[in-house]
Amino acid sequence: MFGNVIYLDNAAATRLDERVLEAMKPYFFDFYAVATSQFGYSLGVDARDALDTARAEIAARLGADAEEFIFTSGGAESSNLVLKGVAMALGDKKGRHIIITPIEDFPVLHSARTLERQGFQVTTVRVDETGRVDLDHLRDAITPETILVSIQSANQEIGTLQDVAAIADIVHERGVLFHTDATHSFLRVPLDVRQVPVDLVTVSAHTLHGPKGVGGLYVRKGTPIRKWMDGGFQEFDLRGGAEDIPGAVGFAKAVALVTDEETARLQGMRDRLIARLLTIPHSRLNGHPVHRLPQNVNVSFRFVEGEALLLHLDMRGFAVSTGSACFSRSLEASHVIMGIGGDHERAHGSVRFTFGRFNQESDVDAVADAVAEVVTQLRKISPLGKE
Amino acid sequence: MPLPYSEIVMEHFRNPRNVGRIEDADAKSIEGSPACGDMVAVYLKVDPETQRITDIKFESYGCASNIATGSIITELAKGKTLEEAKKITWQQASEALGGLPPVKAHCSVLAVDGLRAAIESYEERHGLTRQREPTTVEVVRKRLKHVMNPVVGLDVVRTKMVKDISVEEGTVRVVLDLPADHQFAAAMKEDIEDKLSSRWDVQQVVVEFVG
Repeated sequence: MFGNVIYLDNAAATRLDERVLEAMKPYFFDFYAVATSQFGYSLGVDARDALDTARAEIAARLGADAEEFIFTSGGAESSNLVLKGVAMALGDKKGRHIIITPIEDFPVLHSARTLERQGFQVTTVRVDETGRVDLDHLRDAITPETILVSIQSANQEIGTLQDVAAIADIVHERGVLFHTDATHSFLRVPLDVRQVPVDLVTVSAHTLHGPKGVGGLYVRKGTPIRKWMDGGFQEFDLRGGAEDIPGAVGFAKAVALVTDEETARLQGMRDRLIARLLTIPHSRLNGHPVHRLPQNVNVSFRFVEGEALLLHLDMRGFAVSTGSACFSRSLEASHVIMGIGGDHERAHGSVRFTFGRFNQESDVDAVADAVAEVVTQLRKISPLGKE
Repeated sequence: MPLPYSEIVMEHFRNPRNVGRIEDADAKSIEGSPACGDMVAVYLKVDPETQRITDIKFESYGCASNIATGSIITELAKGKTLEEAKKITWQQASEALGGLPPVKAHCSVLAVDGLRAAIESYEERHGLTRQREPTTVEVVRKRLKHVMNPVVGLDVVRTKMVKDISVEEGTVRVVLDLPADHQFAAAMKEDIEDKLSSRWDVQQVVVEFVG
């Protein structure tokens, strides 16, 4: 790959596709004006056109109308807007109860915690050992006070896919709003808002070889949600601040470049890597074997610690991620592995590999060989697992 | 790319010294537990005449700083008398490594504790303990700092999981803020009993769960 690094952390960030940069460039140098109203000067009208086109193209991939899609600074902002915006719109009118899962990514998880401190009640719906939501528990958890159910489409660490359609039906039937964080599944796993009664969908460009700092939110027409970032009347008066035109154009280009053939190729690499890694003794797959993101592999190796494994792999030119407490900024073990009933030991030795466009088939064997060697090396110095 | 670790740390991490087991060790200790995170085992061979450490080995189930500290501690202790080796501090180990990130203190302190625990175990077994310190609430609290709260991977004292400690006529009572049916309750009970029951004046260790 690039700079002799085999990059397998595409869930965290992806390399920008050069074609995306080319599409963005004119909006830095030629059409750099702010998007003006149709009565403004022509440079601003051109910028407005580019923004509208980008919006329509991305919305179409969700089966949505252009007016139902707003640009944000990323998935974190989109999810913040959903939880806090719906709470502001309905907290006094309908109720103060929200439902999430224990394995949501931090923007949803921590927005919910913030609301909890403000007096909202948050129910964490049960997930099974693969991370899939217990639908019966979800049914029971919804009360007349419930204003929002926020359940991710795919998990950021273990790649487990939820049955979004089934969840949406359950939630919709009870007249409650449903938000799904699709940061990791957008375009890799089909989602059409004309078929699935979902009200709000978080997406991001950074997982799709688009620019960093650009995301979006699908908002179904008529959804009660209050603006959270004040400013002008941009983004259908849901988000203040001048629009990031190059970002929007780059996001649309990134979206246009994703194909089902590519996703199938990633899935092939995923399946081969899982098969190879599970031949290492005392290894286990985290997440669901079938209902799984096509680009995600997450395996725990007993008797070794993830940060040590990661550093050894780094020295050999591989970039991966781990759920070990020693690696996290908070020094806390992965809340996802703990959330699916795993223990500290399983989180400690968990490693995530995520594929992207610039990975080659040969990367799979290269990293599988390296992992096998490093695990053997670390187990030699471990006091455990000798018997 | 600037790593948070010094070159010496990385060197010891890549090529740890004195790794492995001593099958006929004169003393050994295991600090930490797999349920909680990092773990270090220290093995000693001691010359009974001079009380010098003639051989020392370690094993680590831990992150880079844990492995590097285990390695450096064996280099620092080898050839020293038990008295001298006992005085080796985390600070010294960290200096010898060219500095450790402060957030990694709790991963690396295990190796220093492991060395001390192995020496203490040797001394207790060979009747070398000069003054027998009675077990007090403070002593118990100090020992409990070596018991990890597996939910967050930090010790049970620091995370305020310990609600109460009492010592009465050889019975140590520890109350933990954790449901008795919690997945880690049994492992933690065992860990605490392990850490305290070896003390000379302790006959019984009672671990209670509230919450």
